[in-house]
Amino acid sequence: MVGLGRSPIHWDMSTITTNPSHRPVLSPGTQAPDFSLRCTPDQSVALSEFRGRPVVLAFYPADWSPVCGDQMALYNEMLDEFQEFQAELVGISVDGAWCHDAFAKQNKLHFPLLADFEPKGAIARTYGVYDEKEGTCEHALFVIDADGIIHWSYVSPIGVNPGANGILSALEDLKKKTETTAVAK
Amino acid sequence: MSARIPLTLPDPGRDHTSGSADGSIKLLEYGDYECPFCGEAQPIVKEIQRRLGDDLLFAFRNFPLTNVHPYAEHAAEAAEAASAQGNFWGMHDLLFENQRALEDEDLLAYAGELGLNQTQLVRDVTSSVYAARIREDFKSGVRGGVNGTPTFFINGERYDGVFDLRYLLSALTSQKVEGIKK
Repeated sequence: MVGLGRSPIHWDMSTITTNPSHRPVLSPGTQAPDFSLRCTPDQSVALSEFRGRPVVLAFYPADWSPVCGDQMALYNEMLDEFQEFQAELVGISVDGAWCHDAFAKQNKLHFPLLADFEPKGAIARTYGVYDEKEGTCEHALFVIDADGIIHWSYVSPIGVNPGANGILSALEDLKKKTETTAVAK
Repeated sequence: MSARIPLTLPDPGRDHTSGSADGSIKLLEYGDYECPFCGEAQPIVKEIQRRLGDDLLFAFRNFPLTNVHPYAEHAAEAAEAASAQGNFWGMHDLLFENQRALEDEDLLAYAGELGLNQTQLVRDVTSSVYAARIREDFKSGVRGGVNGTPTFFINGERYDGVFDLRYLLSALTSQKVEGIKK
């Protein structure tokens, strides 16, 4: 991830004040940019490691804020449902690995939380879901297919927990699409 | 779940309902017996029921967040087990009034307090007789847009306003969801 942070991308600062997310949100059909982020203080995980199964990327603003707590707690109760689609769930925020560690322990989370911490929010920016004003990720969801292509994305209004219905619908849709493609082959 | 009734409306054929089935206002709550916010909402719901009387049909569905609330699942199962013995609402109220005492022995004591068959209730809870039904509640909530607890639906629409008697009552009586942030 060091590479991404050092890449010579020049942000257009003039747009930042009017649009919290200054880059467009990556849309369905786009290749999901790969990344490697800390999931624990001494381990990293790369998106490409999940290739072969769907991935649910859940960007959220902060570990300890009530809305996000609810959101992660909700997803934590739904791991069986995600598993039915062989989907992997990962949460991402700008909090550091030690913060994630404490938060995950407190809430007994059974899925990885990735730290988009240094350079801060680099991955969220790449996906177009970094809120410059708040300095956090937005509430944004991406369902990525087994080939690493974004199948569905959604950005929730500020302060609103996006829930899980959209994710389940996207996974169902993805499953149907995969089955249809398999039959066609 | 009945196929004819939308997910976010009370289903008198299945749900625990209170009030009049003919009531023009339908309030559905998804809650967790160990959730403090649900506990705070409980007296508000009671007052709304008192004020709206037969205009209201209220239904409760389970939405236990079992990782953060280790006693929520058994509490929900105890309410279901009490329902099988004809007193869902009695147990429901006791659980919310005693949110800090929801261990199995507490559930047993509440069953005794309500004059229920304690042995039967304990057997039902320990053998997870109602776990599938509770999961069905939970899944219906997720599909209906529940994103935390408590979540209320007024005539099928999620209420995203303030959990306050005045706002909730006003949303109910105007039968529309107000766009006030939580």
